[in-house]
Amino acid sequence: MTQATPQPAEALFLAQHFDSEAIIKRFNAAANWQERYREIMLLGKTLPPLDESLRTDMAKVEGCESNAWLYHTSIDNKHYYVADSDARIVKGLVALLLAVTHGQDSATIAALDINAYFDQLGLTGQLSPSRTNGLYALALAIKAAAK
Amino acid sequence: MDLTQLRAQFPALAQTLGDYPLCYLDTAATSQKPLAVIEAMTQYYQHDNANVHRAAHQLSSRATTHYESVRDSVQRFIHAKRREEIIITHGTTEGINMVAHGLSEQVRKGDTILIDSAAHHANIVPWQMLAQRTGATIVPIPLNAQQRLDQDAYARLLANKPAIVALGHVSNVLGTVNPVQQMVKQAKQAGAITVIDGAQAIAHLPVDVQALDCDFYLFSAHKMYGPTGVGILYGRFERLDSLSPLLTGGEMIKQVSFESTQFNALPNRLEAGTPPISAVIGLGAAVSFIDNLDKAQTQQRETELLQYLQRRLSDVGDITLYGAHEDNIGAVAFNLAGEHHQDVGILLDQQGIAVRCGHHCAMPLMHALQLNGCCRASIGVYTSKQDIDRFIEALASVKDLLL
Repeated sequence: MTQATPQPAEALFLAQHFDSEAIIKRFNAAANWQERYREIMLLGKTLPPLDESLRTDMAKVEGCESNAWLYHTSIDNKHYYVADSDARIVKGLVALLLAVTHGQDSATIAALDINAYFDQLGLTGQLSPSRTNGLYALALAIKAAAK
Repeated sequence: MDLTQLRAQFPALAQTLGDYPLCYLDTAATSQKPLAVIEAMTQYYQHDNANVHRAAHQLSSRATTHYESVRDSVQRFIHAKRREEIIITHGTTEGINMVAHGLSEQVRKGDTILIDSAAHHANIVPWQMLAQRTGATIVPIPLNAQQRLDQDAYARLLANKPAIVALGHVSNVLGTVNPVQQMVKQAKQAGAITVIDGAQAIAHLPVDVQALDCDFYLFSAHKMYGPTGVGILYGRFERLDSLSPLLTGGEMIKQVSFESTQFNALPNRLEAGTPPISAVIGLGAAVSFIDNLDKAQTQQRETELLQYLQRRLSDVGDITLYGAHEDNIGAVAFNLAGEHHQDVGILLDQQGIAVRCGHHCAMPLMHALQLNGCCRASIGVYTSKQDIDRFIEALASVKDLLL
């Protein structure tokens, strides 16, 4: 028998709420990349830091230069996530991903165009998902969990 | 030639990224290429493209003559005794693998292989594989508190008569320079085969393999203003001749068995398959490019620039430098307070600054420094004082954002 892998309590999944419309509005109002970055960092702070016991290799998303951990659960056909990273920008970018996936159903998450979403936020280069960065791996992991 | 003229020879430098002009401080990963290199390769493809050493026609003859003339240039460039000591590889990593594989039959169970604690993975893993095949043991030469190789420890380790000593000439992460000439001398006295990874030295320092007296010296073209996909394995003739080839082609093996072709076997014996001909021609142009620079002046300028970079970085505040010494070459490693190196790298990139952030393919060194990673800024012949100033300004704004 394999040992049960630790999983965050259901309450931790359900404690998070995102208002994606408000987030998009704030990003669109940002005058430059510095302001957009500040928004990213503020969003990152809304994700509670993951307990050391949950920062396991099992939960790590491969393909990230920094460490990023992702947990998923589904309740009543909706998908919920808990995520953390040791890099602040990555953590904020994960929060941006969760803002449009957390609490959604499979069809919504499957239909989501992540690149169009980041374009809408005005994020480019390393702040948008591409095959060369960890954000892409995270976006794939979030989508895969909801299949 | 002044710096403006020199920079004008590197077309990739003249670009903007978003609202910011490119500030390229990642030369230690790969250098930018001058027009002379790009044009030499284009010229080859447009006019001379043919396989070397094979056909009897004029194109092949031209290609072969050009290809072999690069071997002569490289021989002069690193002061090798014979042209047969210059083996064309696909890069430093392949070269070290060729040596480590080639020495398999000369290493015995219980032998020791000394390696450089600051080495990148390409100068660690091939030796680990050799040790696994032969039952030899890998022993890292430790770093001292200044992040230099501990010379006392080295002398003690040599007393065990290691079979091989594999060193970096210049650390790819820290830019520290190993006293390779002295270390090779000691290694030879202990009877060891010496291998020097010169990837980070070749663009910045004059290299004289006869003066160094090492058995093998390796480097890549792409870190010395040449193209990717080609490198050089220098080996002392007798040492090269005793390597079993990593890559083989049937015909090549037959040639070696002919008594009369023993001498002619090198360098071809270790160059299996069609070589990266256009890249070799590009390497030839890169050697000419470096040869045409005023070497003393360039070295002096790069030294001053690196010291300026170290000083300016320290003055930013909340910056930790690793192993930053006055006599370092080409690169400086740093972190900003407790911030993740990736966050710093992303925010610098937003401002058009290209630096490397990560473990730099030197995880054992990161472990020794107790780091998950760090940022590295590195310079080349085209780097200007303004590049450093722009980088520092950008880093100060990153600090404002993060701290």
